[in-house]
Amino acid sequence: MDTSILRRTPLNDVHRALGARMVDFGGWDMPVQYSGVVDEHHAVRKSVGLFDVSHMGEIEIVGPEAGALVDRITTNWAAKLKIGQAHYSGLLYEHGGFVDDILVHKVADDFFFICVNASNQDKDYAHMRAFNRFDAKVNFVSDAYAQLAIQGPNGLATLQKLTPVELSAIKYYWFTEGSVCGTKARIARTGYTGEGGFEIYIPPADAAWIWSEILEAGREFGIKPCGLGARNTLRLESKMALYGHEIHASITPLEADLNWIVKFDKGDFVGSTALRQQKETGIKRKLVGFEMLGRGIGRDGYEVQIEGTPAGWVTSGSPSPTLNKNIGLCYLPVEKAVAGQPIQVMVRNQPVDAKVVDTPFYKRPK
Amino acid sequence: MSTYPENFRYTKEHEWAHLEGGVATIGITDHAQAELGDIVYVDLPKVGTKLEKGHSIGSVESVKAVSDIYSPLTGEVIEVNEGLASTPEQLNHDPHGAAWLVKLRVTGDDEIKKLMSASEYQEYVGAEG
Repeated sequence: MDTSILRRTPLNDVHRALGARMVDFGGWDMPVQYSGVVDEHHAVRKSVGLFDVSHMGEIEIVGPEAGALVDRITTNWAAKLKIGQAHYSGLLYEHGGFVDDILVHKVADDFFFICVNASNQDKDYAHMRAFNRFDAKVNFVSDAYAQLAIQGPNGLATLQKLTPVELSAIKYYWFTEGSVCGTKARIARTGYTGEGGFEIYIPPADAAWIWSEILEAGREFGIKPCGLGARNTLRLESKMALYGHEIHASITPLEADLNWIVKFDKGDFVGSTALRQQKETGIKRKLVGFEMLGRGIGRDGYEVQIEGTPAGWVTSGSPSPTLNKNIGLCYLPVEKAVAGQPIQVMVRNQPVDAKVVDTPFYKRPK
Repeated sequence: MSTYPENFRYTKEHEWAHLEGGVATIGITDHAQAELGDIVYVDLPKVGTKLEKGHSIGSVESVKAVSDIYSPLTGEVIEVNEGLASTPEQLNHDPHGAAWLVKLRVTGDDEIKKLMSASEYQEYVGAEG
């Protein structure tokens, strides 16, 4: 593999020194695992794990009409956000399919900070600019940020050692401008693991030593550096969508069971006409969770059958380290998308029994 | 850095073969198990199956991916490591020892000589990795 053409985060050397196995993830040279996916997964569920997610993109929307532009191009209702609050949202094409799924942070009335998927960042930026008829500027600022995720029940205690910010005062999906290790940082109580924790946005030049400080601060809790492998099993258990799998340009939020991020009441937005029409006529297919009953793992792209007839496809599938079952997500005709429905997943051309189950597969104890 | 037994021979697909008196023990290399990560399923052929060099023996599935295993030699399966069905994680711990996959009564001529030696394989994975 020629790794010279892959993009690297500021922590590339650190991952290699830790013995991480590196993979090409959407054009980025990223760690897939250090000690092992299952080991890292359990560390996050039971204590704390540290992820380098600096490949994620960042885009700022600033100006007097920043909020209006955000509400025009996203599905969730940005005008409802308070300063210091964040939400999950969709960036859609006019036909209702996903350009990307994003996190919108309201920094000020005239300043929105948007975290986007690494491999989508260029097209997201172009898309946002194409719809900018407002007194607002869209700034591509990915190079200004490294992003680290400190996730798990001991994430707060770990990070608290390194910041004067009272972390317990930050509510879930809120954030604050503060510092970590004396370095300016945006600290958000967000994550992609289904566990509590924080995501911090810091200057790339400081990423390597702050990473080491966090590992040191978390040592008493058995903190583990975690790769994209564990990030995937963790998000899957919590039924969080992964772009290119559950959602893409041909999937709408209504099909992806993401109605909660679509706010029709706010008025027109890019994709709203198509979505209103789809809501009226009804969706044909819907994302559901399944659990394997027979021996096998339903992987991304595998066909799903019902009584010998092709019915849908798997979007993600994996052993669930927390539940000790093989789980997955798939699209099914909406009338079959109900818990208890027997299905067969075609695992290397052999039908293996599975059934539709309620999601999320895992919900953290309150 | 892994150490690969000197008396084994290796394939580019990361299997090993250890030939003793016409019977070859087959397994996957330490490099292979490390690449796969946490192994959750091992599918192996039945005793009596005739295998040709380069054809699929079965598969190994990890949390992340499923991977086919190819027979390094031509022969007939005379023994299968049944224990791996219930303890597939053994493949992560002892791929060159207790977690062998199958034993073949070899029927091909001199195929073993075409496989890589330990030092050649070490160099091969060094270059690949």
